[in-house]
Amino acid sequence: MEGLRAYGLIAGMWVRSGMTYRASFVFTVFGNLLVTGLDFVGILLMFSQVDSLGGWTLPEIALLYALSVTSFGIADLLLGSMDVLGARMRDGSFDILLVRPVPVLAQVGADRFAVRRLGRITQGAVVLGWALVAVDVDWSAVKVLLVPVMVVSGAAIFSAVFVAGAAFQIFAQDAAEVQNAFTYGGTTLLQYPPSVFGKDLVRGVTFMLPLAFVNWVPAAYVLDRPYPIGLPGWAAFASPLVAVGCCALAGLAWRTGLRSYRSTGS
Amino acid sequence: MDDAFIELDGVEKVFDVRKKTGFLKRERHQVRAVDSISFTVARGEMVGYIGPNGAGKSTTIKMLTGILTPSGGRLRVAGIDPSRERTRLAHRIGVVFGQRTTLWWDLPLIDSYKLMHRMYRIPDARYRENLDRLTELLDLGELLDVPVRQLSLGQRMRGDIAAALLHDPEVLYLDEPTIGLDVVSKTKVRDFLRQLNTERSTTVLLTTHDLQDIEQLCSRVMVIDHGRLVYDGPLTGLHEAGESERTLVVDLERELPPIEAPPPARVVRVEGPRQWLAFPASASAAELVARIAARYPLVDLSVREPDIEAVIARMYEERAGRALS
Repeated sequence: MEGLRAYGLIAGMWVRSGMTYRASFVFTVFGNLLVTGLDFVGILLMFSQVDSLGGWTLPEIALLYALSVTSFGIADLLLGSMDVLGARMRDGSFDILLVRPVPVLAQVGADRFAVRRLGRITQGAVVLGWALVAVDVDWSAVKVLLVPVMVVSGAAIFSAVFVAGAAFQIFAQDAAEVQNAFTYGGTTLLQYPPSVFGKDLVRGVTFMLPLAFVNWVPAAYVLDRPYPIGLPGWAAFASPLVAVGCCALAGLAWRTGLRSYRSTGS
Repeated sequence: MDDAFIELDGVEKVFDVRKKTGFLKRERHQVRAVDSISFTVARGEMVGYIGPNGAGKSTTIKMLTGILTPSGGRLRVAGIDPSRERTRLAHRIGVVFGQRTTLWWDLPLIDSYKLMHRMYRIPDARYRENLDRLTELLDLGELLDVPVRQLSLGQRMRGDIAAALLHDPEVLYLDEPTIGLDVVSKTKVRDFLRQLNTERSTTVLLTTHDLQDIEQLCSRVMVIDHGRLVYDGPLTGLHEAGESERTLVVDLERELPPIEAPPPARVVRVEGPRQWLAFPASASAAELVARIAARYPLVDLSVREPDIEAVIARMYEERAGRALS
């Protein structure tokens, strides 16, 4: 609770900081909407040439895309600046965060909080709305309920990846790009159906870094498609559990990292 | 010591350093940044913590604030183990890093204080009282509505000091608080710290390169070198221990052979009409100047205080010399 309160306080400071450059703020909000929007235009262009991708139709792909982008967008809005942690440790300003009476994770999460990141979520939500109407699905109560569960669990899984990446940066302070590979790379991966990827990659994304539970597995249930790899029927509902597990592991990694923090020379 | 506020007993910090010795080859070795340091600081003391770069000053401060976990020994601040209960301790300490700021760059100074108010959960009445007092003492009145990025270094430093004191900490750590400041700002900062220490009996521990900081503020000095405490006592004792020397720079009317000064004063350098004389820090400069002026055509002169590096270097020579004899 203390952490959430601190997060709110610090995020508020960054929002006000951002507002001091009003023109720049307006430009980046629109720029962000435009750039993330182009992402989906790319998929539309692809479908102007083909009817299906890996056996999936455009509305189905749109659903995968929207679920991945929306849940990643939420995590990115909340914790997206964790890749500046490495820079903060190099210039020593991380020490300042450590002498304040609020959880460091909340401070690092809220660091450089930027409203412009709402652009990605907005765009994901719009595509999600369209996809939910356009897909050919026999909607049941369970399937309807599974949609918000996917978004929330997905956001939690991506958040865990952000936190784990930040913990890793404490050991390797120039590892921001490694983190980006898993976060930005992960969300791009999930925008395409598992059937277009090799089995080993799909297995890795299911069991090692369980991004498959963001959308692939539960969406397969919603769309009445076989699971990417032979998983039991209940796997579609395991996303919240996977999310909780990921967050617990990430939290543990963060604590371990913080205790072994070495600081800079001066 | 029943009133010990800061207690260190055999505290160590060892860093693992990996050095590249070839392609993919790494040599691991350990560096003892702090090597078995013990001292106590009583409530209300004002202590200068000095030593050359890389001696372990910052590492000690970082262990005292809970930023770093000691590799060994026992460490307590206000009865709290800093690295275990960092956030609890944070309410009771104030920290100012001379080279970094806790202030929000793009926002008016007052906004950072409002954040401290809420982050430290300072009761409203106490916050207003402290803010008014600090604003007056640190001369911040006209700066409160100015974005921090527009402040000068000295103004920003005063702003940072106020930010560290809004929650009434019992101890204030200052890491190089006067570095890079002009003379006026340095004086303001020193005056304020003296007042803080005497009137509110806040314990102050400061690291510095500036011997004048210590001379004007601290009754006690601790010198650290290579991770070890090599001196702990009053500043006067440090001068004796190091037999430090001041330098008298004189400009003569014309080029002359080295001045025949009364020993132990002696000429150490001659450059045209300018000559440098070293003399013991404990000796009177006035007497030396009078004797030179009586015999030589003097145009101008200045006295340079010994710097900490020189004092410590001489202290080491002394110790090495004693060990030999």
